[in-house]
Amino acid sequence: MDLNALGACFTTPACVVTQATSGLIVGMLLFLVAAGVTLIFGVLKIVNFAHGTFYMLGGYVAYTALNLTDSYTLAVLSGTLAMALFGILFERVLISRVYGSNVLMQLLVCYAVVLIFDDLVKIVWGPEFHAMGMPPAFQVPPLFIAGGVVPPFYAVLIGIAALIAIVLGLGLSMTRIGKTVRAAAINPQMVSALGVNTTALFAIVFAVGGGLAGLAGALAAPVRSLSPGMGFSILIESFIVTVIGGMGSIAGALVSALVIGMVRGFGTIGFPSFTDGLIYIVMIAILLLRPQGLFGRPS
Amino acid sequence: MKDRMKGRSALRDAAFAVISLIVVLAIPLVHRSPAFEDFIIRLSAMALFATSLNLLVGNTGMVSFGHGMFYGLGAYAFGLIMQMTDLSLIVAAMLAVAITTVAALLVGAICVRLSTDYFAFITLAVQMLFYSIIISWQSLTGGDQGLRGGIPRREIFGFELASQLHLYQFCAIVAVLGLLALRHISESPFGQTLRMIRDNENRASFLGIVLWRARVLAFTIAGAFAGLGGVLAALFVSGAYPELADWPNSGQAIFAVMLGGINSFLGPVLGAMILLALNDVVTRFTEYHGLVLGIVILAFALGLRRGVLDFLRLAWPGRAR
Repeated sequence: MDLNALGACFTTPACVVTQATSGLIVGMLLFLVAAGVTLIFGVLKIVNFAHGTFYMLGGYVAYTALNLTDSYTLAVLSGTLAMALFGILFERVLISRVYGSNVLMQLLVCYAVVLIFDDLVKIVWGPEFHAMGMPPAFQVPPLFIAGGVVPPFYAVLIGIAALIAIVLGLGLSMTRIGKTVRAAAINPQMVSALGVNTTALFAIVFAVGGGLAGLAGALAAPVRSLSPGMGFSILIESFIVTVIGGMGSIAGALVSALVIGMVRGFGTIGFPSFTDGLIYIVMIAILLLRPQGLFGRPS
Repeated sequence: MKDRMKGRSALRDAAFAVISLIVVLAIPLVHRSPAFEDFIIRLSAMALFATSLNLLVGNTGMVSFGHGMFYGLGAYAFGLIMQMTDLSLIVAAMLAVAITTVAALLVGAICVRLSTDYFAFITLAVQMLFYSIIISWQSLTGGDQGLRGGIPRREIFGFELASQLHLYQFCAIVAVLGLLALRHISESPFGQTLRMIRDNENRASFLGIVLWRARVLAFTIAGAFAGLGGVLAALFVSGAYPELADWPNSGQAIFAVMLGGINSFLGPVLGAMILLALNDVVTRFTEYHGLVLGIVILAFALGLRRGVLDFLRLAWPGRAR
């Protein structure tokens, strides 16, 4: 623990900017993954333990697409769309068979998918770490804000994630399909009785959730290395985000993802070896004081 | 009449335990196979771990994602006591289980008031906090390298635990005694109470049962037996590793419980056996054992829709467990 270093950082604008930026990208990536988890849980009451796999596959698909096309835009699009499709397949082929059965049965199915795809990734891309590297368009000198270093790619990543947060929030509250999704979260039988095709609706929810995770994987690929099993750690963190924010709440996911991002960003200076522990303490405290999470409705 | 039946079923359980123990102990006398003996040693640790978890999952309907914490705590406590003191093995093991019991009581008292989903998440969070402490408290635990330097395998009741055969016999006896105790608990009035809470907590509450007290007690007992399993695990690897308390390890126990069957007492033992055997056999043929394990799990989950023993009991309803 090094509180002096943390104090010194808070008094230097350059350090604050640098750490806040790295905290922001951690938080924004987490938000993209957790938004899918929370959306799927909110509507389907399924805790998707395979969501980290979507993130991992999104990264790998983007990696291959970049190698083939040399266009990072296409890479991000293909990672996102591939995972949206994968989400539909996953829901139709596997998850739809365990609706209404024991939570543990759903967990078992998801875990099997995690195991299978971790190994498939090893077979297709090899067990070693891959670095995608910064796309050529972003290989430019970094921006300096108040003396802190901000690579342009970080700024773009944060911008895209913020845009997604706005689109998702407005889409859920304003559009017809968003309203239907919210209604289905409260009473799926009633929505179905009113003539909405809930089967398609559930598949769409999984497509959106999967697409967001794929997008996060594709956006993370240039700044983090790719490896089989990379979905595991982001999965745990996105659960923490979901629980702290309130299960089913997109706004809650955004706020708590940013909080966790900041704890990570500044925690690496203050408590390098106990950052994780700090996050778990926050989670335990929230669960004890407000089990439904910051933005959740009490059940 | 009822008492006599109960006495008889306790007798039957004990007889079953003695016979299984005799068979397991007799095998090395006929044929020595280090691989098989290793398997039984690991199985005894994991069987206690999984069966104790099922006291929560199957009996009480409490899905804990953090059971690995107590397995890891048992292993670390035992390893550290053995390394730092000259206490005899049995005292060290009892102390380790006692420490785990107290920890489970504290964690349980905090966690059990939360409802199902949140209970799962808070147990997971507490376990991960424990895991982070192990990783960051390097001077005591050795951090991510684990507790090294070996655990002295002192003699106990004439068992020379440095010998594989004696370790095998010791672990088998401890595991069978532990399972018998768990069986006794799950068949006792207290065990029946837990099942009533699982099936209808409001009714149990109306009948005057203090729900949280029964749940804390179940959580504590489960933690204690997981700690005992951790002691055996520490003896086998002659150390303790953070992975024992990490969440994939809790996951393993949940899968053992699910594969074997949550409504059969011996389900988790069978599940642990299947999981360990799959690991051993598959790793011999391919490095992609996750792929094979995943497909097998999918086949079980979507094909049987319940654990193996539960499935068999449904298929032949005449047979009791």
